Amino acid sequence: MQYHTVIIGAGMSGLAAGIRLAYYEKPVCILERHTTIGGLNSFYRLRDRNYDVGLHAVTNYAPPGTRTGPLSKLLKQLRLRWDDFDLSPQNGSSVVFPGHRIAFNNDFAAFVDDVCREFPKQADRFRTLVTHIDEYDETSLSQEPASARSVLGEFLSDAVLIDMLFCPLMFYGSATPHDMDFGQFCIMFKSIFQEGFGRPIKGVRQILKKLTRHYKELGGELRLRHGVREIMVNGGRTTGVVLDDGTEIEADNVLSSAGHVETLGLLNGEWRIENGDEGVLNSPSSIPPSGEISFNEAIFVLDCQPHELGHDETIVFYNSADEFHYEPPTEPLDLRSGIICSPNNFHYTDGEQLDEGYIRITSLADPDYWMSLPEDDYVAAKADWGQRMVESAIQHIPDFRKHIVDTDIFTPRTIKKFTGHLKGAVYGAPRKVLDGTTEIDNLFLCGTDQGFLGIIGAMLSGITMANNHLLR
Amino acid sequence: MAPPDIRQVVLDILERIAPDEDLSDLDDGVAFRDQMELDSMDFLDIVMELRKQYRVQIPEDEYENLITMDSTVDYLTPKLADVPAGV
Repeated sequence: MQYHTVIIGAGMSGLAAGIRLAYYEKPVCILERHTTIGGLNSFYRLRDRNYDVGLHAVTNYAPPGTRTGPLSKLLKQLRLRWDDFDLSPQNGSSVVFPGHRIAFNNDFAAFVDDVCREFPKQADRFRTLVTHIDEYDETSLSQEPASARSVLGEFLSDAVLIDMLFCPLMFYGSATPHDMDFGQFCIMFKSIFQEGFGRPIKGVRQILKKLTRHYKELGGELRLRHGVREIMVNGGRTTGVVLDDGTEIEADNVLSSAGHVETLGLLNGEWRIENGDEGVLNSPSSIPPSGEISFNEAIFVLDCQPHELGHDETIVFYNSADEFHYEPPTEPLDLRSGIICSPNNFHYTDGEQLDEGYIRITSLADPDYWMSLPEDDYVAAKADWGQRMVESAIQHIPDFRKHIVDTDIFTPRTIKKFTGHLKGAVYGAPRKVLDGTTEIDNLFLCGTDQGFLGIIGAMLSGITMANNHLLR
Repeated sequence: MAPPDIRQVVLDILERIAPDEDLSDLDDGVAFRDQMELDSMDFLDIVMELRKQYRVQIPEDEYENLITMDSTVDYLTPKLADVPAGV
C-alpha cells in the first residue's frame, strides 16, 4: 500500500491534518506509538476514574453562532459543527501576584477595565498596547521573530504588570524561558484574554473522540501501537517510514508531529543525527535546540465540589515572588508560582456538573531531576513534592486537603513517555518552524514545533500544513 | 449541467464549508466575501470541493472568477457543460 501521506502522531494536530487529507480522498495513515490517541492532550482511566492530561481549558473560546476567529475557522475546515466540541464557558479566572490581582472571564472589555483599575497609572499605555496587539497579524507565516519583552517594554513601564500579562501566556504556551516571541505572545494574548476559556463537560476526550470518529468515517486509517523508528530518505526525499517492528510503510509524503529535533533524529542514512555524541547533523543546517520547559501536575479528586469550599474560579495563575521566573528551576519544582485549575468551575449547560470535584495544580519542573531519579525514589519524590505543591497553592485557594480522595501526578518523565519530546518539553522547541518545511522536500512538521499554540492552535497547525503542503 | 444546477452545486459547497451561515438571502451579484465570513482558506476549499466532486481543475490565477455567485456560475458553465446534473 502506497499512502499519499503518513502522519506521525495521533494528537490534535495529526488528527486534524488527517481529517483534511481523508476528506479530500487522499490515502492517509496516522501512526501512533501509544495505545491511545492524544499525545500531550489525552485522557485515561485510573482506579475507576476518568482523568484528563494536558488540557486545562480550551483557549480561543467562542460562543455558538460566532462566524469569525480561530475556533470558527477550525470547525469550518474540519466540517464540524459547534456542538461537536460542546464547549461551556469558564466561570472566571485570575492572575494573582503579591499585592495585585487581575481577573478575566471571556469578556475582553471587562479584562481591560480590570487591568486599568488595578494599574491606573498604566491604563492609557495598556490600551495603546491592546490596539497594537489587535493590529498585529500573528497568523502570517512570514513574521520576523521579535522579543515580546522588548515590545511590551516600549508600551508599559510597570514591571509587575508586564509579568502579570506574561504569566498565563507563558504558562499556557511558551517554549522559551523568560521571554516569548511577540507573534506567539499575540496568539496567546488573543486566545486567552480576548477569546477566553471553555471546556467540554466530558473533557478532552470529547474533542479527541470526535476527531477520531470523523477521521475514520472519512476513510482515514489510524494505527495505534505503531511507533515510527525511522524516516526513510533516498536522494533527498522521504519514501516512507520504518515501524518499531521493522515493517516499512511507503508514502509520497510524511507529516510529523513528533517535534523538530525529534523528527530529524528519525532520519536514516546520510541524514542521521547521532544521539548522544557531538550531535553533528550531516545536513545543511545545524540541529535545532530542543525545549526545556516542563511541568509537574498533581490532580486531586475531592469528595465535594470546589465551590462548596468557596472556590469558584476556573483557573488561578499565581506567583508569590517579587519577580515572575519562567525557566527550568534549579530545584525539582518551582513552588513560587503555578497554575490551579478546577474543571468543575465552568458554566456547563443546564447546570450539569462533574460527579466529583477536581483540583489540578501545575508547577514548573526541572526535567533533568525527574528524568534521572531511580524508580523507587521517583514515586516517593512525586508524592513528597505533590504535598509541597498543595501547600503553595492553598495560599491562593481554600485548603482542600481534608477532601482529597485520590491523587495522580505526572512529571516531565511522563510527558516524555507519551509525547516523545526530549526532556518532556511540554511546548516543544524554542525555535518554531512556522512554514513547517524541513530539509527533506516532502517531509513536513505540524504540531507544537510548527508553532500554533493551544488546543485550537494545534488543530489549526495540522490543517494549515495539510492545506499548504499536501493538498495543493 | 445548466447554470441553475451549477448554482445549486456552489450553494451546496458553501453550505458544507460554512454550515452555520444562512444562505437563503445570498445576493448573486455581491461578493461572497461581503456577505459571509469567508477567508482564503475557505476559497481554497471551494476550489478543492469542485475538484473532488467534479474533477474540475481551477488554476490559481483563475481564482478571481469565484468572487460572486454570478461570476462563479459563468466561469463554471463551460467547464461543467458535459457533466450531467444530479451527479
